[in-house]
Amino acid sequence: MNTSAQRALIPLGIFLALAALLFYGLHLDPRKIPSPLVDKPAPEFSLPDLKDPNRILTRDILLGQVSLVNVWASWCPSCRQEHAELMRLARDYGVRVIGFNWKDTRPAALQMLQSYGDPYTVTLFDPNNISGIHWGVYGAPETFVVDAEGIIRHKRVGPIDAQVWAEEIQPIVAQYQQGQGQ
Amino acid sequence: MKPLTQRTVLTVLPLVAALLTPPAQSFTLEEFRFDDPARSAEFRDLISELRCVVCQNESLAGSQAGVAQDLRKEVYRLMQEGKSRQEVIDFLVARYGDFVLYEPPLKASTLVLWFGPFLFVGFGAYLLVRTLQRKKAEPEQDLSAAERARLQQLLAKTGDQSD
Repeated sequence: MNTSAQRALIPLGIFLALAALLFYGLHLDPRKIPSPLVDKPAPEFSLPDLKDPNRILTRDILLGQVSLVNVWASWCPSCRQEHAELMRLARDYGVRVIGFNWKDTRPAALQMLQSYGDPYTVTLFDPNNISGIHWGVYGAPETFVVDAEGIIRHKRVGPIDAQVWAEEIQPIVAQYQQGQGQ
Repeated sequence: MKPLTQRTVLTVLPLVAALLTPPAQSFTLEEFRFDDPARSAEFRDLISELRCVVCQNESLAGSQAGVAQDLRKEVYRLMQEGKSRQEVIDFLVARYGDFVLYEPPLKASTLVLWFGPFLFVGFGAYLLVRTLQRKKAEPEQDLSAAERARLQQLLAKTGDQSD
């Protein structure tokens, strides 16, 4: 008697487990694709400086300290949205932010930095997505945390705000900055 | 025939306009030419099996996204360099992950994905067989006297209604 009542609960249990799984799945963002580049050396590149077309920047600029490599474009509304936060990070935390201007035009990009300020130590200019492919970039904004040895430690897809910085990115930056100080 | 009311025109006009507007940018596969028709077929085949990372329900072949065009160009360039199909796939997977493949590779993290459905079907079949066997094992019991009386009562009732 008791066992048959228990047995009747099994389908309910299965249903609830499935419902919980699907409910969890509902909150995953399918646009966030994990990057296979995490914990691998940042790809080589050879790109002009956005502000100085004659200056060629290579992977060497990433070495020596932890950097954020921020992929952005003037046509990207979410990039504008996160711009103020990047300004704050560069100012208040002394984080080195390297710009990766992607699929953009030089005048439009320069115009945006002039209007909203320039949080970047230096900005790579990749209008034709030549190096973007090697970094696995598929949209803007995207932000990579690169350690002092030039190894990618994290990839953020989508804009950074104060919460994302505090909860997701700052702990990783701090972890690798600490290793660097020793 | 009724004359077109202003309202109808106002409703239909935007729809017609929407149909006539060309897409903002339109890419075709025309520019990707190979001397060898077999290579050309291989290219088309390959890009239709790769997923566009931006517009996730489209293949690289069908997508109008800018990034998809960049990747088509890259696949074309690699193939022109003489890279094999597998080398092109490895190139993209190294940068974008397994996500670019429509068919996920068989490895530890995808075992459930590949074999989960068979497990479910197997479990269902097991339950079905077990239930059927149990039914067979139990001899069909005759109705008790009380059930017989209730059956008669029900039959009489339906008989009344049909009159």
